[in-house]
Amino acid sequence: MRPATQNRKRSRDTAALFIAAGLVILGLVIIWDSARLADLGGYSGLGPASMPRVVGFCLILLALWTATAALRGEFPERPPQQAAPVLWIVAGLAAQLLLLHAAGFSIATGILFAFTARGFGKRNLAMTIPIGIVLSFAVWCVFSQLLMLHLPAGPVEQLIFPRG
Amino acid sequence: MDAYSFLLQGLVTASDPMMLFYALIGVTLGTAVGVLPGIGPALTVALLLPVTYRLDPAGSLIMFAGIYYGGMYGGSTTSILLNTPGESASIITALEGNKMARKGRGGPALATAAIGSFIAGLIATLLLAFLAPWIVKIALVFGPREYFALMVLAFVTVSAAFGDSALRGLTSLFLGLALACIGIDQLTGQARLSFGVPDLLDGIEVTTMAVAMFAVGEALYIAGQSIQHDDQVTAVKGSVWMNRLDWMRSWKPWLRGTAIGFPIGAMPAGGAEIGTFLSYAAEKKLTRHPEEFGEGAIEGVAGPEAANNASAAGTLVPLLTLGLPTSATAAIMLAGFQQFGLQPGPLLFATNPTLVWGLIASLLIANAMLLVLNLPLIGLWVKLLTIPRHWLYAGILLFATLGTIGANPSSFELGMLLAFGVLGYVMRLFGYPIAPIVVGLILGPMAEQQLRRALSISQGDWTTLVQSPIAAVLLGLAALAFIVPLIMRARGKGEMLSQMAGDED
Repeated sequence: MRPATQNRKRSRDTAALFIAAGLVILGLVIIWDSARLADLGGYSGLGPASMPRVVGFCLILLALWTATAALRGEFPERPPQQAAPVLWIVAGLAAQLLLLHAAGFSIATGILFAFTARGFGKRNLAMTIPIGIVLSFAVWCVFSQLLMLHLPAGPVEQLIFPRG
Repeated sequence: MDAYSFLLQGLVTASDPMMLFYALIGVTLGTAVGVLPGIGPALTVALLLPVTYRLDPAGSLIMFAGIYYGGMYGGSTTSILLNTPGESASIITALEGNKMARKGRGGPALATAAIGSFIAGLIATLLLAFLAPWIVKIALVFGPREYFALMVLAFVTVSAAFGDSALRGLTSLFLGLALACIGIDQLTGQARLSFGVPDLLDGIEVTTMAVAMFAVGEALYIAGQSIQHDDQVTAVKGSVWMNRLDWMRSWKPWLRGTAIGFPIGAMPAGGAEIGTFLSYAAEKKLTRHPEEFGEGAIEGVAGPEAANNASAAGTLVPLLTLGLPTSATAAIMLAGFQQFGLQPGPLLFATNPTLVWGLIASLLIANAMLLVLNLPLIGLWVKLLTIPRHWLYAGILLFATLGTIGANPSSFELGMLLAFGVLGYVMRLFGYPIAPIVVGLILGPMAEQQLRRALSISQGDWTTLVQSPIAAVLLGLAALAFIVPLIMRARGKGEMLSQMAGDED
């Protein structure tokens, strides 16, 4: 809930201009992609390319609207953000993604757990990584052994359940 | 058979011990997530979707509905004791409820919230049971053009009618619609926007996107703010029971809140919050103790709490009878139905009445369970508020990725989770609402299909869309819902609309 009236007199908003540019690119990509579809409209006159074209066109219109709002400074005030905690969590997710198949669920997710806690101010990784791995392993046991979800196994999992 | 006998049959289904167990898990989880600030019912259901792949469909859906109801109860506890709403439908409760708690009247505030929620839930669920067969009868004559008009109305109300900016609501909606185009076209089998990547041929998983938006995006946003709130939990002093005067002052707001909340929830207007605002305004106008408002008036807790529970039941009316979600939680419950190959709507009442009526009846049981869980066990829930945030969010992300990996153990899917999580973060940062992008992704393909069917039937004649009176009225309402707020904002009356912004639930 932000008061809409306060922001009238602000200068142009560069970040919001980037959003507008992104929307234009997205719209153009969608329209470009729809061009190579065979438009089998059939009885309706609407084919597979119609909907993407409309959406792409609307995105470009919205981009123009966004750009106008950005130039007038009509976007709401953004809460101050710190980059480091956000990057820690993104790094945790990226690490999990890269390690998942090589190191298995427990190690990969344990690292995500510890990095997220780091992002929220729990700095001691030497403590949080083991906690994360143990916790993830417990979760792995419950969900892969009891609920039959397919979760990738790594060295930790194979050590205790050799047949996976 | 009439609604009454169907409901009795449903009660038989729902009293099966296994179903009671699922309902109990649902309401317990729901209360817990309602109490915890930062996670709402929409996220919880999204997290549980992949985990319930192999469970019983009826049981899973009963659990999801229990989570929705439970979230509405739990949120009030946080609002009253912490002055931070546990979920967005409890913002208003914090106004008067926390004041009451500070004056040592936390017990009666919790009691009027819980009993009001129970009464509203009971009445609204019965209304749902008796209205549903009527709406199903009307919906059976709906053709593709009526469904298309209904979805257009839902698009407009979710994105443009409320919230503080039509521009950002529409942008969010069209991003959802763009994502909905990805994958194989349902009618001609051609691949759209997949750029030769096989993982994209099936389209974007709704659950991946919802989990990313609600869990990852929210975690990034909260971490980035990094201002540690030192919220004090106000201890509950004295009896939780209400005295005679409290009862006298509560029962009318409960009934009024129900009467306001139920229709608002049932309309495609997005979320349970709006009903709570209207109920608060009504109580403030009708009270005999206007001086107490702002200082801890019990009416200001009783009315909005009844309204948000009645809205939750109201939301289920269009979801079950038309297959139309009107809030983020309902949209994700729709994905839950689809995961089991079920399409909510009039046909489901005919093809699978046991499931539908079992679900409705189980809501009555869940509601009674919640009253027990929330009054005598209140101390237990308050303890949840003492979990440190770093463990809480680390755990949330653990389960968020668990769900995604469980559904599809590929790095590509996790990459999408990360990408949408960052998108959700940026959208929150710039004040874009989240509900429209989720609703766009889910309803986009359905709307496209219905439009193409309608035009196939009319052989390409667009006027067919307004030739049926129902479709014409629905499209007219959609146009009004788009234009009227634009005029109101232009005249500087936008603040009222932005207060009605519904994001999460």
